[in-house]
Amino acid sequence: MMAGLFLEKRTSRFWLATVFLFLYIPLLFLIVFSFNSTRQDGVFTGFSLRWYQALLTDSRLVEGFWLSLKVALLTGTLSVVLGCFAAFVLVRYRQFSGRTLFYGMVNAPLVMPEVIIGLSLLLLMVASQRIFGFPERGFATLVLGHMLLGMAYCTTVIQSRLQEMDRSIEEAAMDLGCKPVQVFFLITLPSIAPALVSSWLLAFTLSFDDVVLSEFLSGPGVTTLPQVIFSYARRGVNPSIYAAATLLIAIVSLGIIAYSIYALRQQKRAVNASQAT
Amino acid sequence: MTMKALLSPAKRFVIGVPYVWLLVFFALPFLILLRISITDMGASIDPFTPLLDRAGDSWRLLLKPQNYLPLFTDGVSGFGGTIYIQAYQTSLKYAALTTLLCLAIGYPFAYFLARCKPSVRPALLLLVMLPFWTSFLLRISAWKGILADQGVLNNLLLWLGIINQPIVMLYTDVSMLVGMTYVYLPFMILPLYTNLVKMDMRLLEAAHDLGASRFKAFWLITVPLSKAGIVAGCMLVFIPAVGEFVIPSLLGGADNIMIGRVMWDELFSSNNWPRASALSVVMMLLVLVPLALYYRYKDRTVE
Amino acid sequence: MTIATAYLETDQLVKRFGGVAAVSDVSLSINKGEIFALLGSSGCGKSTLLRMLAGFEVPTSGRILLGGSDIAAMPPHERPVNMMFQSYALFPHLNVSDNIAFGLKREGMPKAQIAQRVAEMLTLTQLQDFAQRKPHQLSGGQQQRVALARSLAKKPQLLLLDEPLGALDKKLRERTQFELVNILESVGVTCVMVTHDQEEAMAMASRIAVMSQGRVLQVGTPKEIYEHPNCRFVADFIGNVNLWEGTLDVDAADCCEVKTAHGVVHVGHGISGTLGMACAVAIRPEKITISKTRPGLVTNLFSGTVKEIAYFGSYNTFIVEMPGGGAVKILEANTSRYDGGDITWNDAIFFWFDETAPVVLTQ
Repeated sequence: MMAGLFLEKRTSRFWLATVFLFLYIPLLFLIVFSFNSTRQDGVFTGFSLRWYQALLTDSRLVEGFWLSLKVALLTGTLSVVLGCFAAFVLVRYRQFSGRTLFYGMVNAPLVMPEVIIGLSLLLLMVASQRIFGFPERGFATLVLGHMLLGMAYCTTVIQSRLQEMDRSIEEAAMDLGCKPVQVFFLITLPSIAPALVSSWLLAFTLSFDDVVLSEFLSGPGVTTLPQVIFSYARRGVNPSIYAAATLLIAIVSLGIIAYSIYALRQQKRAVNASQAT
Repeated sequence: MTMKALLSPAKRFVIGVPYVWLLVFFALPFLILLRISITDMGASIDPFTPLLDRAGDSWRLLLKPQNYLPLFTDGVSGFGGTIYIQAYQTSLKYAALTTLLCLAIGYPFAYFLARCKPSVRPALLLLVMLPFWTSFLLRISAWKGILADQGVLNNLLLWLGIINQPIVMLYTDVSMLVGMTYVYLPFMILPLYTNLVKMDMRLLEAAHDLGASRFKAFWLITVPLSKAGIVAGCMLVFIPAVGEFVIPSLLGGADNIMIGRVMWDELFSSNNWPRASALSVVMMLLVLVPLALYYRYKDRTVE
Repeated sequence: MTIATAYLETDQLVKRFGGVAAVSDVSLSINKGEIFALLGSSGCGKSTLLRMLAGFEVPTSGRILLGGSDIAAMPPHERPVNMMFQSYALFPHLNVSDNIAFGLKREGMPKAQIAQRVAEMLTLTQLQDFAQRKPHQLSGGQQQRVALARSLAKKPQLLLLDEPLGALDKKLRERTQFELVNILESVGVTCVMVTHDQEEAMAMASRIAVMSQGRVLQVGTPKEIYEHPNCRFVADFIGNVNLWEGTLDVDAADCCEVKTAHGVVHVGHGISGTLGMACAVAIRPEKITISKTRPGLVTNLFSGTVKEIAYFGSYNTFIVEMPGGGAVKILEANTSRYDGGDITWNDAIFFWFDETAPVVLTQ
């Protein structure tokens, strides 16, 4: 038995390490070769910042970045709002006619191939444009498309938090004189706040990162950053995108480190306070 | 006015907002998709040609379900030999292979992760998710650089003397599967992990107490209990993988044309909207059963 | 003697979920300023009744009269009723002061007044040092006090307590019982509390309603309920009791006799009933005397064999088997350290009880 345990521990460490390596090899590649002095992908010829310079002067990339940022900010916010509604419906309203359909529709975008969602939304936009004269394919259609995906993810995250929430604090609020709408804003929202934040981040990232839906739904002159990167990547090697990737990795890592420090400090504060009792 | 009555208009509003939104932006597009797929484009090559046509005194229904025929037969290669069928087969093949690879790599990973010390787990989970937060396009492009004929991996192997000539990896099955597995691995790991971490260790202890070896206990107890996680994870990989478009474009070769790409070309290159729609409808039908499985096992992972 | 005025009344209150009646025809009358307990095991309907008083459940039929007006249809946020929840339900994102001030802010009370009232409540519950802490930084006992302070802050006309001591451990519970009653009595608020713990009810409440299956079986002071239960269920639910089934043999104005399987029991009170009717005699274990030696002239003398003995420090319990079948539980206080005449297993003993001890139950 002990031999089995020993073997398991070794296998465990080995497997975890290998998979982590697999997950991080591309990231390492991106970081290293963003500083490469030549275009070559196979050899590191020397240290250079030229690709970072090229990145900042590449108008397509820069414009794409700003557009993606704007779309993602709007998508994130709207997705959280819709996700909140949907999560509330799924958790608090157990019985109403059409619940199964609702459940199916909310969760489907999580799993369905994006090309199908993209095509069907495109058809909707075009049909709508013919009948009502709007929307023009561009910013609005991008946001609407990204929101569909974002809402599905937000609903899942918020739903699980809402389910775990202790409902007696809502009753206590009503008991103390809070009208039902007030209860939601004063008590329920603060209680699910962490879920709202993490689902916003999720929707933001998904929108910022999205290629397929964007390709279907963007219009002339409206190109997101992933779309630009996609066209570059298809054509050949372009280390400017490696520079972009490295910057992105740096930002995300900083964000995660900052969050971890924050969370650790919160924990320490709670421990100290309860020890002082 | 009782509390119950107070809820009703508010309740209707809360249900109504997301419901209407979903009906308009999810259900309606599908109906349009269906409609376009059986549209007779007519002489004007307009996908939105009205379905009803008034010619004189009578109404005619302009439906063309025959739009679906060219998907399955093209007169040359007999029934089932079209490029479309081939593309569907390729897609299903790669989706299935990716699922198996993700399961083979991801299950042990999730298992070992769930057995780590509780203090270490959040940090490790964060490390698993970190790549997910950085653009997946960029990471796929990195694989292009790594697996190229003059890429890092080949150069490394040449330098180490393991090979004499660069191995062709890019634009082959290898690069496809590496890319697909890479991207979909976190989708398999997460539901498995959630399921495994909640498992009651005492069940395993009871099994050991009754004489089962660690290995046997794993197969007889752990695996069956994690069934919900396995199915959810597999569906979460398989279904979107069928329609995958980006990875084949960047890492796949001429032999690996998947249905997403074919549909794309029909739409953007050939401007054949009805055909593209028909292809999508058939794709939907293909994933209908996996979709049903996913829904069934989705919520069971948190038992 | 002032006649207590009914402050809270329920009038034939019924609550049905689907086809099942959780609360059935409950009519109670609670006086101003008293602490009233709803006592029963889980599923008896006491929590549903409490929630109807709070407004979280709407009665299927019946009225709830508070100070004369029917509040049954009033939503909880409009009622002058406040509740102390079993789980305390403190708002995790607010500190102690803000938790207490919450209800006052909803009323639109001016800031200065709110601050003053909060300070009052903190002093009342001895929480002055904890005002800035968040709930997760408090111990269980402290959280309970915050919950109490919060529920009293609005000076409600009726205070509802849902298993107030349920979450505390035993030692803390005993201490808190008296503190809680003191605070409530000093404030003078009318209270209805729900509990499954009879000791809690007996210690804290001025009157108790024993409930079972949605109905109120008996209402009375702790002493009334204990000494004069009106049915088998109540007699058995509160404390320990010996129930002997029998038939009414003699029925006089101030005494009666019941023929049971163990013999005839002389009861020192009369009952309204017919001769020969089925009834039961309830005798509390502590009212029975046990001895190895046969006593002189006593009423209700029986004999048996000792089958079980349990020593509890301050008292002994004996289970005695009787020749006619069945067993009797006898409780004897350890009033002296005298060892003589010690009873042990399988001893043949005599036991007897005064005619004031038994109660005849017809239900």
